[in-house]
Amino acid sequence: MPETVFRTEGVTKVYDTGEVKVTALAGVDLELFAGELAVLLGPSGSGKSTLLNILGGLDHATEGRVWFRDLELTGLGDRGLTRYRRDHVGFVFQFYNLVASLTARENVQLVTDVARDPMTPEAALAEVGLDHRMDHFPAEMSGGEQQRVAIARAIAKRPEVLLCDEPTGALDSQTGIQVLEALKSVNDRLGTTTAVITHNAAIRKMAHRVIRFRDGRIERVEENATRVAPSEISW
Amino acid sequence: MDALDRKLLRDFRRLWAQALAIALVLGCGVAILMTSFGMQTALEETRAAYYERNRFADVFGDARRAPLSLMRDIREIPGVRAAQARVSEHAVLDIPGRMETVTGRLLSLPGEGGGGLNVPVVRSGRLPAPGAADEVAVNEPFARANGLQPGDSFAANLNGRKRSLTLTGTLLSPEFIYTIGPGGMMPDNETFGILWMPRAALAAAFDMEGAFNNVALDLGPHSNERAVIDRLNDLLDPYGGLGAYGRDKQVSHSFVDAEITQLRTTAMILPPVFFGITAFLVGMVLGRIIALERSEIGLLKAIGYSDVEICIHYLMLAGLIAVAGTLIGWTAGTWLSRELAQLYARFFDFPYLIYSVSYTAYAVSGALALLSAAAGATRSALRAARMAPAVAMAPPAPPRFKRTVLDRALAAMRLSQPVMMILRSLMRWPVRSALTTLGLSLAVAVLVASSFFSDALDEILDTAFHQANRQDAMLMFTPDVPETALARVADLPGVLRAEGQQFHAAILRHGHLEKDTPIEARRPGTDLSRIIDGAGRVVTAPPGGLLLSRRLADQLEARPGDVIEVEFMGAHNETHAVRVAGLVTQYFGLGAYMDLGTLNRLLGQAPRITTANLLLDDTKLPALHAELKRTPKLSGLVMIDRMRRAFRDTIRENVTIMTTVYIAIAVMITVGVAYNGARIQLSERARELASLRILGFTRGEVSFILVGESMLIAVLAQPLGWLLGAAISKALAEGSSSDLYAIPLVLEPAGFARASLVVLGAALASALIVRRRLDRLDLVDVMKTRE
Repeated sequence: MPETVFRTEGVTKVYDTGEVKVTALAGVDLELFAGELAVLLGPSGSGKSTLLNILGGLDHATEGRVWFRDLELTGLGDRGLTRYRRDHVGFVFQFYNLVASLTARENVQLVTDVARDPMTPEAALAEVGLDHRMDHFPAEMSGGEQQRVAIARAIAKRPEVLLCDEPTGALDSQTGIQVLEALKSVNDRLGTTTAVITHNAAIRKMAHRVIRFRDGRIERVEENATRVAPSEISW
Repeated sequence: MDALDRKLLRDFRRLWAQALAIALVLGCGVAILMTSFGMQTALEETRAAYYERNRFADVFGDARRAPLSLMRDIREIPGVRAAQARVSEHAVLDIPGRMETVTGRLLSLPGEGGGGLNVPVVRSGRLPAPGAADEVAVNEPFARANGLQPGDSFAANLNGRKRSLTLTGTLLSPEFIYTIGPGGMMPDNETFGILWMPRAALAAAFDMEGAFNNVALDLGPHSNERAVIDRLNDLLDPYGGLGAYGRDKQVSHSFVDAEITQLRTTAMILPPVFFGITAFLVGMVLGRIIALERSEIGLLKAIGYSDVEICIHYLMLAGLIAVAGTLIGWTAGTWLSRELAQLYARFFDFPYLIYSVSYTAYAVSGALALLSAAAGATRSALRAARMAPAVAMAPPAPPRFKRTVLDRALAAMRLSQPVMMILRSLMRWPVRSALTTLGLSLAVAVLVASSFFSDALDEILDTAFHQANRQDAMLMFTPDVPETALARVADLPGVLRAEGQQFHAAILRHGHLEKDTPIEARRPGTDLSRIIDGAGRVVTAPPGGLLLSRRLADQLEARPGDVIEVEFMGAHNETHAVRVAGLVTQYFGLGAYMDLGTLNRLLGQAPRITTANLLLDDTKLPALHAELKRTPKLSGLVMIDRMRRAFRDTIRENVTIMTTVYIAIAVMITVGVAYNGARIQLSERARELASLRILGFTRGEVSFILVGESMLIAVLAQPLGWLLGAAISKALAEGSSSDLYAIPLVLEPAGFARASLVVLGAALASALIVRRRLDRLDLVDVMKTRE
């Protein structure tokens, strides 16, 4: 039985705008295991991003409890969550969120400056095959390259978990596959627990497990008996 | 270098135009604060050091002739540490090569043994030998202005006897930092000088052996100056005491004081305006940057940067702007201080220059610059720090526009969509619109206030020189002479008209309040020297009563009809009760006026005068001066026309410099506010405007929205600016008023118009510069970028 990295119990999230209440998560129980690559699948508004934000310590649950290993995230304040993110989590976003005024190397350095035991920015970039583009600014790179820089930035701190929110959402199929390959290689070679959010069903084939969301709840969980390499995926 | 620091520097470089616009505004504040505060402390410290080293006296007293034996009693007044008896006289001089009559004030040098007060500094040559009868030392500026060197000789009419005096050296004294002759309005070193002679020689020439007519006292640290002055008056009264006074009434001291007050007022009123605008601009720009960098902030938080680190990151950006502003301000301030020091060197005579601005002035102005930038940045930086990481990652919700009553009104007016966009945007961000309006209105206010100054000076000059004092020259007599002497004055060559006037030293008392000020008396209907009120009307002192300037009346809390106690000083030491017959608004001095007949009847004497006002035929000036140089009893001559010209030139020069500086300041404020405002608008609206272009709007139509909003705010700022300008002018007028002069609140429509023109012009230029960016906008690129 593999080690449990994340565990949630009855996690609920309600957004209260004053006029209307929107329930984004309605009681989610979930476990993620060490070293696995899980794909969280579901239409937009199904609650998968909200859950990822809560797992990543970016947001608080309205109700329910969340553990990262033995650490209960729901009991942490802002300072504790900052510490947790700094030490344990790597993020990859749909729109890359690179700092436009920093080069690829410097964007990675943002993380290595504050992490406890980081790789060098160069090593992290080499990991995603961008060692030849290190001194380019985001505006000088393609979308796929920018997303790979974002992945390099996320893994540079050697995080235990890598949380990816629609990493290929802004990319065409061909460049998206390069990004997925980078993610898979990180998962295989470094053993980083990786959660990928997508509404692109094709991507599910590369996962160990697929968790389907609908209306703020987990609809079902599937295990892939055989995984498909990213290069064989297309959409 | 950390990646975050590198981002900071790159952001700063990317924002250079906006940062520079803010830094220039901040720099103005720093420069003005540093200069006014720095020069104020420099002047105070220089003067204090000079006074200390050269033992400038604390109290002064004049009498007609008092025996030296009285000095024992004076030294025993409680609180008096040292006292010095002097002989002080006036004389007409004949300087070789100078056609005009020159007047000199003669002072006896402290005797041998030292320990004197008001010790002069020898600048060249030596002091006259104590026993010498014809040796004299003069104040250095006088020697320089007249090309006199030690060893030169000139003639002087001492008490009616013409003597040749030899110059032994040039001096400076703490008594004469600002040297102004009797009746003068500004220093004229060519025609007025200070002459120091050994006591024995001067006493012999003016029949003052064993006597003195001027005394200077040095007081101990905890003495009561008022009590000492009262006691000194009591002692001098039997000998024709003319009223003792403290440093506050000493001419040189009070002029330097007035300058220090002026600097302090400037330091208090202007820099806060600049610091306030800076805080607003930094807040506005940083607010926008943080709105644009929501996702980057979210990213930094996701990576694990703490709230504090993020807050500091944005504060540092404000800090860089502050550093740039401070450096600009220090550079400009150093230059400005040097210019001001040169100006002071022309009017103030110090033996040494401690005109360097202290490190404190640099430190204080720099610290305040940092504080104001930080104050502006704090709100935005805290907002960045408090942004919840998940929210920061999502795009901001579109600003909520709501339909209000105003909207229905606007709709009813059937305005075009671009006009609606402009108006809605103003209403959507009411605080920002209001603050932008306020910023621009401050630029207008600064200009209104600056033109107020020059208009006020014009008014003062016109009243003083063309309405009140219309004479070409004033002859001064000490002691006074019978009014019949006017006939002889009228016979002098070139004199077209001569009118008499008397200045009588007096102390006015009303209840527990008192003020010593000379009473000016003239015949009704005199035409050359007149009393003019604030509305430009000629006023005559009514027979039997006192006419008081409003400021003097305020100080005495006296109203028309009140009875005032007047103690006449000098030969007639008498006290009379006189009714206040009227009040008059005036700019210069604390005037008290009487009818010449009434005054003489009160004193029970045949009419006497101290001054003759003359109307001259210019072509006969050489003959007149030649004759005056031979006239006994004449203590001084003021060529009003010459003074008028010198005064006007100086004022013109200063006003030109000041106006230029203020226009520059106002343009910088306007550009700082308008440029940043337009840039932020452009950044917020780029997608909107690009969409309009794609929909088929022309460049002109699209830029109308951008330029229109800027200019609408600029126009709205005008009335507020006029009001604020009037308020600042009032504060400046009140802050600059002293016993020496009051500044009238003169506000001309032209001043308001010019202020508006400059600010609207600068605002338009700023908006057009930003418009050029709009023209270069890459439509496809903008639409692709995620907000």
